[in-house]
Amino acid sequence: MTLTKPGYGRPLDIRNGRIEMHHGSGGRAMTQLIDELFMAALGNTYLAQGNDGAVLPEAHGRLVMATDSHVVSPLFFPGGDIGCLSVHGTINDVAMMGAKPLYLSASFILEEGLALADLKRIVESMAKAARAAGVPVVTGDTKVVEQGKGDGVFITTTGVGVITNDTHLSGDRARPGDTILLSGTIGDHGMAILSRREGLAFDAPIVSDTAALHGLVATMLESGAALRVLRDPTRGGLAATLNEIARQSGTGMLLREATIPLNPAVGAACEFLGLDPLYVANEGKLVAICAPEDAHHLLAVMHAHPLGAQSAIIGEVLEDPRCFVQAVTAIGGCRIVDWLSGEQLPRIC
Amino acid sequence: MKYIDEFRNGALARNIAASIAREAHSVCHYNLMEFCGGHTHAISRHGLADLLPANIRMIHGPGCPVCVLPTGRIDQAIRLVLEHKITLCAYGDCLRVPASDGMSLLKARPRGADVRMVYSPMDALKLAQDQPEKQVVFFAIGFETTTPPTAATIKQAQALGLKNFSVICNHVLTPAAMHAILADRGGEKLDGFVGPAHVSTVIGSRPYEPFARDYGKPVVITGFEPLDVMQAILMLVRQINTGRAEVENEFTRAVTVEGNRKAQALTDNVFELRDTFEWRGLGTIAHSALKLRPAFAEFDAELRFGLDYRPVPDHKACECGAILRGEKRPQECKIFGTACTPENPIGSCMVSSEGACAAHYTYGRFKNTDIMTA
Ligand code: SF4
Repeated sequence: MTLTKPGYGRPLDIRNGRIEMHHGSGGRAMTQLIDELFMAALGNTYLAQGNDGAVLPEAHGRLVMATDSHVVSPLFFPGGDIGCLSVHGTINDVAMMGAKPLYLSASFILEEGLALADLKRIVESMAKAARAAGVPVVTGDTKVVEQGKGDGVFITTTGVGVITNDTHLSGDRARPGDTILLSGTIGDHGMAILSRREGLAFDAPIVSDTAALHGLVATMLESGAALRVLRDPTRGGLAATLNEIARQSGTGMLLREATIPLNPAVGAACEFLGLDPLYVANEGKLVAICAPEDAHHLLAVMHAHPLGAQSAIIGEVLEDPRCFVQAVTAIGGCRIVDWLSGEQLPRIC
Repeated sequence: MKYIDEFRNGALARNIAASIAREAHSVCHYNLMEFCGGHTHAISRHGLADLLPANIRMIHGPGCPVCVLPTGRIDQAIRLVLEHKITLCAYGDCLRVPASDGMSLLKARPRGADVRMVYSPMDALKLAQDQPEKQVVFFAIGFETTTPPTAATIKQAQALGLKNFSVICNHVLTPAAMHAILADRGGEKLDGFVGPAHVSTVIGSRPYEPFARDYGKPVVITGFEPLDVMQAILMLVRQINTGRAEVENEFTRAVTVEGNRKAQALTDNVFELRDTFEWRGLGTIAHSALKLRPAFAEFDAELRFGLDYRPVPDHKACECGAILRGEKRPQECKIFGTACTPENPIGSCMVSSEGACAAHYTYGRFKNTDIMTA
């Protein structure tokens, strides 16, 4: 549905143009923005219908729905941008429930003055991520807020997925004796953002790990291992995720710090800034808790997937009604891995 | 990263721990104070106490700048920012230190206080340049490590001829606090000190000599890595066993006898000794803190705004004083972990990650109750 007649309207000036208030007013400017920028990148049969909602085919199984808002600053960072991040984040939330992600919606809050070239880059990155994941954006919305009322662009995505078998994953299913696995190094995303934000240059570049994990999850589910919990340790890092699971399940946990994979450059950067990598966000990692007898088989399956090549067994679930997450430190002492107190890193996802 | 790993090596730690266990006489008690908050944090963060025999007790010292700041000093800053409508810049940890009447610098914000968090005094100076119509005051705290940057900033402000920048100086001196602790307790219960890391890079190892010579207390200066601390404990045990009291330097990769002369000269150029200064927990100590020299009087916020100092007693239940003197442990405070938590600190030791209460709450509190492990 195109209101600007070919040959009459002027195309969007992507190179020099900026978001103006009328891009959100429902008039010609908005339609042009949607056609020439959003549709051009994200277009598919659902969006092409031009309706306010998408009618989707029947799905057989239990439906899973998840939503996630993204307010990351800066919008572009080493290894990604807010566009692909907003696709990966929601796909992962759906996948962690054991579902196959099917569709996404995307809602944009644009700040007056945002460069159209930046918006195009972001939307194209989103489209690329969605295509790679095989999960289309089927409906969306844009709003414009006055300059100073936003930070370039905020993106909220919602995902729908389906569970076709009898998989039951939930944060309250960890049992004493279960094994805790992690799919790779920690802290990469948070430190990539922070190094860009603070203008810090480290010897080795630190790159965000942002990635869609549903492929890895599918192979883990197919392995037949008795999985109890899957969760992606985003905001608050591994420490926050394990504390949440411990509290939901009413158990304790014991980690062995020396076994937790850490990219040396991330470790050095954390040390420099006085941060603990256990609390730094990830966007392409998952924690899995499974029955102890299946742990080694599951680890082998994870190792065989490119996004799980550095997976490791990092600890076990304990009986502890106080729900403490403890760690044996690198030098052999013992300590708590506590909930984060206060704000370690604002606006990283 | 390799550098860090070398100092966190589990096998090496076990070797040193075995030496300590072998050499510490089982009939003796070794009460060792780590002066610095940085060491307190490292000991808790790495669970170092688990590697020590039961007769070696680590006592947390007062070397945490935020912890030793008395309530009266925060009250003074709050009065300044509210009454004089200035912009106050402070390090992050200062913002949450409890003041009188349930206030803090952070809680003063909704009442109209323009309080900003900065990472360095130069950030405050920049702000003063950016808003010439408004007075900007930097709330300076810290031991000898943070003093030279404050001095450099004041000199820069003078060179720029800034008329809207000044400093509330709460810089304090490590040796003065160590003297106060030893004089107060008669030194009876302390057997030795783990000496500061960063502070010593500035002041050198010489200022600790009176503690060995006059009080007979061994001092081992060491770094913040867990293996540094373990090695220092072993060196202290050896001194105590052989009846020696010397200043030893485990941290030779960063600390010399003389320290950093340039930084010392800079500090000396801008600051002079205060007659007295109130410390939380240690009381009023003569010649234990710094103020601006007359040549820099125009940058002294206490003079510019005519601020008076009113001492305020600590919260009734708070044991911060006893903890800072090394007389009590955090878990001996009745409100530890109940009314007083990192989210809602009642005393200053629960604020900074270097504070004894915050460190114990964050890393060690599970050791207070029976552990049920599978
Ligand atoms: S627990 Fe709180 S109130 Fe008690 S001594 Fe520590 S900081 Fe002070």
